[in-house]
Amino acid sequence: MTKQTDAAGVFESIDPEITARLVSRRDAIARGATASGVVMAGLRIATVPAALAALSTSAFGQGRLPTAIIGVLNFALRLEYLESEFYNRGVAASGLIPAADRTIFTTIQSHENTHVDYFRTLLGSSARPKPTFDFTAGNGSGTGPFADVFTNYATFLAVSQAFEDTGVRAFKGQAATLLPYKDVLQAALSVHSVEARHAAEVRRLRGGFQDNEPNQGWVTLAQTDIPGTAAVYAGEATTLQGGVDVTTVTTVAAKEISEAFDEPLSMADVLAIVDPFIV
Amino acid sequence: MSVTNLGQTATTASTLTAASDRRAFLRMAGLAGAALAITGCSSNGSDILAPVSSGPSGAVVAPDGSITLDFSTDVDVLNYAYALEQLEAAFYVQVVANAAFGSVFPANEQRVLRDIRDHEIVHRDFLAAALGAGKIPNLTPAFGAIQFDNRTSVLQTARTFEDLGVSAYNGAARFLKSEVFLGLAGKIVSVEARHASAIRDLLNPRSGDFAPNAFDMGNTPQAVLTAADPFIVESITVINA
Repeated sequence: MTKQTDAAGVFESIDPEITARLVSRRDAIARGATASGVVMAGLRIATVPAALAALSTSAFGQGRLPTAIIGVLNFALRLEYLESEFYNRGVAASGLIPAADRTIFTTIQSHENTHVDYFRTLLGSSARPKPTFDFTAGNGSGTGPFADVFTNYATFLAVSQAFEDTGVRAFKGQAATLLPYKDVLQAALSVHSVEARHAAEVRRLRGGFQDNEPNQGWVTLAQTDIPGTAAVYAGEATTLQGGVDVTTVTTVAAKEISEAFDEPLSMADVLAIVDPFIV
Repeated sequence: MSVTNLGQTATTASTLTAASDRRAFLRMAGLAGAALAITGCSSNGSDILAPVSSGPSGAVVAPDGSITLDFSTDVDVLNYAYALEQLEAAFYVQVVANAAFGSVFPANEQRVLRDIRDHEIVHRDFLAAALGAGKIPNLTPAFGAIQFDNRTSVLQTARTFEDLGVSAYNGAARFLKSEVFLGLAGKIVSVEARHASAIRDLLNPRSGDFAPNAFDMGNTPQAVLTAADPFIVESITVINA
């Protein structure tokens, strides 16, 4: 697929009037700039307005996002709101995070806040507001199963791992919907793999960086040592990929085969997982 | 799980790849027609396994072994992934097989490296099975610059490969037409990102290095192959990307 075809694929889904305004940009692309190059240049600067300029304003126009992706982007935004507020509160909680681990969590905090800004800017007026959260998973009671989430470091870590591993599966589950929108797909994937990096770090931290199951960077079968998180890992034990029973094509054991693939979750499954955290 | 011999694994993969599995895979991917075209299909249903030269995959292998991948076909985007997974698998197999492995790496790092080796072998063997007769040949690694008995050399190379893998999948996804292939790439890339995170933390523990940016940039296939070129004997070129 040529870059121009990519661009055309996006443009077909939006208002012809907007398309007309984008002619100069298409010319620029034809001269050698790639659509992704524009987006990625914005991201590389790590300033959200620049990334936005590439995706939202230039590519789609204010308020003219294709309907098909607004739902996906608001879903992503909802998860990023959840994570960012979780880390903002955790990092601010006196005595919660040991000094030796603070850099890990200020790093993740910074990323999640950047992701929120990114999706908010991308959505513009279509962005939904931040929900009210209950990080005890008590649906607003404040007395859910993770009641000591901001006073007990172990609980904080457990919830962090659950959020990160859920985030990985959530983004993965939306990739197909974004397939026609190449730049948005690539941007979403660039968030997706960062969530996976976070997940691996927190998983390993929970095991004291000794890398013993189930506290390795990757998900073994559907194992979890966190009560109440079975749904986060449901389906991760599979060895069936794309219709191929992978156990028949490699000498590696089923356990490691399961680790080698992260499974997607549907939007409905993800929303059910995070529902107790949202008032 | 112990896999000590790369060649043995490759042989196992190719001999055990059930034709029915491959057809099921390609049918799921909406490429049943392509599957027939790639593998050929005799009247009794058995696949005709011919050396890859050119054909529906678009991959062209020159007499000197150099490979041209045509990104206008999903099969060759998968071949690109297959090339990188071959490289990673070969690297970690050699890391773990090195006589100094048990003395150079602490026990937890051995667990990390053994697991990653297994994952990369799985990725390689899975892609080989999925591609069937459409797959590119086995690549020849060029690891002369890597000191396999030196922890830092190994971990720094691992970091390069894992970050490269993440950027490769993130950058190549836009070329895929099949939702199934995109889904599979997504299932693999996050595991590569988990690897990258772990390796980076081994090199710089408890720092922010496990995730150096809020976004993992997608690299173009050209940029990825340029970075990978010193580690592969065969030259690989991508067209239509």
